[in-house]
Amino acid sequence: MKHLSKIVLILIAVSTVALQSFAPATSSYKIGDAVANFSLKNVNGKMVSLSDYKSKRGLIVVFTCNHCPFAKKYQDRINELNKKYMMRGFPVVAISANDAQAVPEDSYGEMISRAKEKKYSFPYLYDESQVVATAFGAVKTPHAFVLLNQPGTGNFILEYAGAIDDNCDEPEKVQNKYVENAVNALLEGKQVAVTETKSIGCGIKWKNK
Amino acid sequence: MKFTNYIKLKILSAILLLSLSSHAQNLSVIKLPKLLEIMTPQDDTTYVINFWATWCMPCVMEFKNFQDISKKYGGEKVKVVFINLDFFRTYKKSLIPFLKARDVTEQVYLLNEHDYNSWIDKVDKNWDGEIPATLFINHAKNIKQFIARPFNYKELEETIQPLISK
Repeated sequence: MKHLSKIVLILIAVSTVALQSFAPATSSYKIGDAVANFSLKNVNGKMVSLSDYKSKRGLIVVFTCNHCPFAKKYQDRINELNKKYMMRGFPVVAISANDAQAVPEDSYGEMISRAKEKKYSFPYLYDESQVVATAFGAVKTPHAFVLLNQPGTGNFILEYAGAIDDNCDEPEKVQNKYVENAVNALLEGKQVAVTETKSIGCGIKWKNK
Repeated sequence: MKFTNYIKLKILSAILLLSLSSHAQNLSVIKLPKLLEIMTPQDDTTYVINFWATWCMPCVMEFKNFQDISKKYGGEKVKVVFINLDFFRTYKKSLIPFLKARDVTEQVYLLNEHDYNSWIDKVDKNWDGEIPATLFINHAKNIKQFIARPFNYKELEETIQPLISK
């Protein structure tokens, strides 16, 4: 019995350390910055790159994951976002960067299952090295980034970063659809009114650096 | 169903309800103005205000440390207050069983403010809303510290020492 409680204590100590978020030291994109190309593995096994979207008007990048209760509440809304804006040239790409060692539910295999189960209409990419999440400065799941394909240059410019909307728990009571408002403005050739909010959710589970 | 069985069931459910409500006495649902009031005490008590949720694993892991501090330092004008961020729609299934299982006697407030961007800056302007996070306040000593990371017992004790020392 004593041994058992010792083991439990050690397990708790280990998992506490593993679940702590270690914020990456490198800097992140600011509003107006061009985003560097990235290439990550989709749940169908194929690679997806930012440059694949050069014929689109822009891209909605959402860092999310399987396990986080906030991310779960946004699964259907992200699917709806893609369905609504894909035809208008602003599709969604979702990326999970969580350390699967810390959270097994966020492993690549589990991502494949979730994408099937929830009938994701968008690519769900695995950022195993966490390099892309670090470059974007993503800190939460979900954390949304709206990119505009700058005509002529082929650059993807960061136009909005933050929360998807202002009510995770009750989608029917949302008052500010931050991502939709940003995309709508860009589709009309206007400036985005609210370019930054704080993203709300679970901290991205960083590998110990 | 036999009548006696029906009565037994009624009595059982009444007992169940009573036991549930007696455990929820230290829980209230609040909005932002009450939180701001809690965060600006006017006395010489040391307040340890912990922001947490049952869905947050590191929060659940550190929870007992705050209860232990509350028990050990309760006589030295230390008051632990829990600000819970469970989803309001489902807290009866998530929060109340947790409080019961952990025998929580400290005051627990469920903050029912869905738009985090409207309030997290008011707790600390540099906070990104990530929990666990804890606010340490002693008004008489003019000390206010906001630390957004998990605590083990020793760290917690070391952090409150300067606030309670005479």
